[in-house]
Amino acid sequence: MAGISTGSGAARRRLKMLSAGLAGCAFAQSHVALAAFEWNLQTPVTPIAQQMFDLHSYIFWICVAIFILVFGVMFYSIFKHRKSVGHRAAQFHENTFVEIVWTVIPFFILLFMAYPATKTILGMKDATAPDLTIKVTGYQWKWGYDYLQEGIGFYSSLATPLAQIENREPKGENYLLEVDNPLVVPVDSKVRVLITASDVLHAWWVPAFGVKQDAIPGFVRDSWFKAEQVGTYRGSCAELCGKEHGFMPVVVEVKSKDDYARWLAEQKQKVAVVAEDPNKVMAHADLVGKGESVFAQNCMACHQATGKGVAGAFPPLDGSQIVNGPKVAQIALLLNGKPGTAMASFKQLSDTDLAAVITYTRNAWSNKTGDAVQPAEVRTARQ
Amino acid sequence: MSTIPHDHVAPHEHDQDHAHGYAGGIMRWITTTNHKDIGTLYLLFSLLMFFVGGCMALTIRAELFQPGLQVVHPEFFNSMTTLHGLIMIFGAIMPAAVGFANWQIPMMIGAPDMAFARMNNWSFWLLPPAVIMLMVSFFVPGGAAAGGWTLYPPLSVQAGMGMDLTIFAIHIMGASSIMGSINIVTTILNLRAPGMTLMKMPMFCWTWLITAYLLIAVMPVLAGAVTMLLTDRHFGTSFFNAAGGGDPVLFQHVFWFFGHPEVYILILPAFGIVSQVLPTFSRKPLFGYASMVYATAGIAILSFLVWAHHMFTVGMPTAGLLFFMYVTMLIAVPTGVKVFNWLATMWKGAMTFEAPMLFAVGFLFLFTMGGFTGLVLAITPVDIQLHDTYYVVAHFHYVMVAGSLFAFFAGAYYWLPKWTGTMYDETIGKWHFWGSMIFFNVTFFPMHFLGLAGMPRRIPDYAQQFADWNLIASIGAFGFGFSQLLLVYAVIKCIRGDGEKASAKPWEGGDTLEWTLPSPAPYHTFETPPAVR
Repeated sequence: MAGISTGSGAARRRLKMLSAGLAGCAFAQSHVALAAFEWNLQTPVTPIAQQMFDLHSYIFWICVAIFILVFGVMFYSIFKHRKSVGHRAAQFHENTFVEIVWTVIPFFILLFMAYPATKTILGMKDATAPDLTIKVTGYQWKWGYDYLQEGIGFYSSLATPLAQIENREPKGENYLLEVDNPLVVPVDSKVRVLITASDVLHAWWVPAFGVKQDAIPGFVRDSWFKAEQVGTYRGSCAELCGKEHGFMPVVVEVKSKDDYARWLAEQKQKVAVVAEDPNKVMAHADLVGKGESVFAQNCMACHQATGKGVAGAFPPLDGSQIVNGPKVAQIALLLNGKPGTAMASFKQLSDTDLAAVITYTRNAWSNKTGDAVQPAEVRTARQ
Repeated sequence: MSTIPHDHVAPHEHDQDHAHGYAGGIMRWITTTNHKDIGTLYLLFSLLMFFVGGCMALTIRAELFQPGLQVVHPEFFNSMTTLHGLIMIFGAIMPAAVGFANWQIPMMIGAPDMAFARMNNWSFWLLPPAVIMLMVSFFVPGGAAAGGWTLYPPLSVQAGMGMDLTIFAIHIMGASSIMGSINIVTTILNLRAPGMTLMKMPMFCWTWLITAYLLIAVMPVLAGAVTMLLTDRHFGTSFFNAAGGGDPVLFQHVFWFFGHPEVYILILPAFGIVSQVLPTFSRKPLFGYASMVYATAGIAILSFLVWAHHMFTVGMPTAGLLFFMYVTMLIAVPTGVKVFNWLATMWKGAMTFEAPMLFAVGFLFLFTMGGFTGLVLAITPVDIQLHDTYYVVAHFHYVMVAGSLFAFFAGAYYWLPKWTGTMYDETIGKWHFWGSMIFFNVTFFPMHFLGLAGMPRRIPDYAQQFADWNLIASIGAFGFGFSQLLLVYAVIKCIRGDGEKASAKPWEGGDTLEWTLPSPAPYHTFETPPAVR
């Protein structure tokens, strides 16, 4: 049976309060202890999610009514019609009238369920006239967000430290539901999301928005939401996408329109700064330092922090011939991937990020090439 | 060994005919063409696989006992969920159903054996190599398949050679199922005793007849899907690769065209068993026999029209969402008819509650709950929230474990006296029931809440707010797992003959043909067809 939802308005509001920690209201205090026994859908913040919530409650209560009726009959029979209380078996075995009745009545109950569901589906599929369109791309194992009209884009990866996952540190309040760069959208605006993937299937899911859409490599699907409340909303990848499937959350910050405009201006400023000097020469130590964080974001899941990889699945970088060989070969491998293996192309990373991570791997663990790869070299290799 | 034509040439009335005996020792089991021996092999095999798959489930629950990674690595965790699904479906539930069919269908329709006795041997002996391949895949580079039992590409194209072994294992198990099904269809249509018309057959034979047709229809579809996967992996085809003109979603359509009838393949034989057990222990004939047959057929036909309800989140057109929602909801009608018929069978009966009846009533109660959650999931907008969450995990364990498995437990206790000649230990049977019933709900009921609150399935670690229900579910899972040892104990006791001797008809209400035979049922039965009223 479905979760027990509360019927009365007051009780439901209380439940919503409880679930605030779960829905991830930005300013909510830690409700972890209270929210632990969460038993209903998360508090909806879009009209469609609200309809889904109500539809679930409606169908749940119909099921409860049928349940009580049917099993009331069964348990009555179990207690009254047993041999040990001396009940003698009747021998009837058909009754056409009754059989027709219990075929037809469920059919009509279903009609009452289908009608509101149909209305919600029609609303759900109407992604026309959006205020803002964002392209969402699923990667193993992070999300990419591109604001198509604004010319900005960034990646969003898990921010929970490995030490918490491996139980070496206490877990934070938003354990596994926190990212470095959340998606930011304005409140009360119809946001259309174009969803795709670069490698395998993923699914972009924000429960409070009522949006769950598979991300399919090679195809673009759309969905939309109109968040009516400022706050931070957390979800996760919902389609098994490999080893780190459980570690690629979705975090969306809904900002007031003014805050959103300010955030947008900042982002555009950043893009301009990066675009300024493509030929800059970076110091060896800077490259290694930056490379280490790029490695942690993109490479560590497979090749491991130790650079030893996973025997049989992911090859080691420590002592690898490619990493210790000519720079050009390693740059080409990162840009093109290695077809037929899990090693994907990382050409979506910036020249600086690629230069940094290559420099890092060439000088980490037992690798001691001592050289550095500059962003310009990556740029040349791209052409 | 006896073959059917030979039996017809020289019908014997005696039990111990040396010319018709069997090889001794292990060769008896390897070369047997006897439906009872093969039934036993199927049932013992599925019991073993039930524990193998169960150990995988407990590994999953151990990892999910608390947040953080403690027991296994994420990749191995994914292999566990994948192989748990495959082993339980193809190794435990389906072979168990075929085991029941082998033992019971010939005895229930008054046939001397299955129609194709040698093929019957081959159908069984294909299974161990298939399972061995699945087990070996843990030790190959890259490990066992880890893309979920649904094997969705492109993830399954990315995987190591464990996936190839899995694909071949599925091919082999599919071939085994198809042969088993052809055998069952032929047996039922051709070897019924005179007077046993189709509409007089025990309900178990009806549900299996329909199941067998479903299997013949959809196993080749699965074989096609995994073969396309194989050629995409190794031979440069692009069925599921957009870059080559294919579509990853095509696999899902083909897979679920198999997959949805498959879930009815898993449940219909269970419906059949329950339809035998409930009348026996209510001492009253099955209510609405004809409508039961039509409802079963109706469910089977509808099962071909609802596959895309497993894919509501792939981004289907509105018309697709509406069509698959409506047809899926319609399944509630014939399923409801079956539940009401079972209730009407119990109504005004004279019920007693031995282990088979307990499991049958437990089935009725919990399967119906699984039916309700199925209805909730059928509603597309609600499914958008619940798809790929623990709610779905809860739903299908209610219908597969409390549905199929509980019905098979009912069938095992019901027919063990006939198979072994020894009554099972009623106390152990009752403990097994209550242990299973309570721990099942402790394990799976909280998963509804987890799914509603937003916990995705197939994750090795989870956010903090899911911790408490997961802890309860893990405790329940271990309780459920250990409760199953009672079944093993009860079965061993019966096989060893440690218990009260069973009479030919140990159940007062049993009225099908197998109860006219002595217990244990002789090696060859109904060499001369019985007369059916």
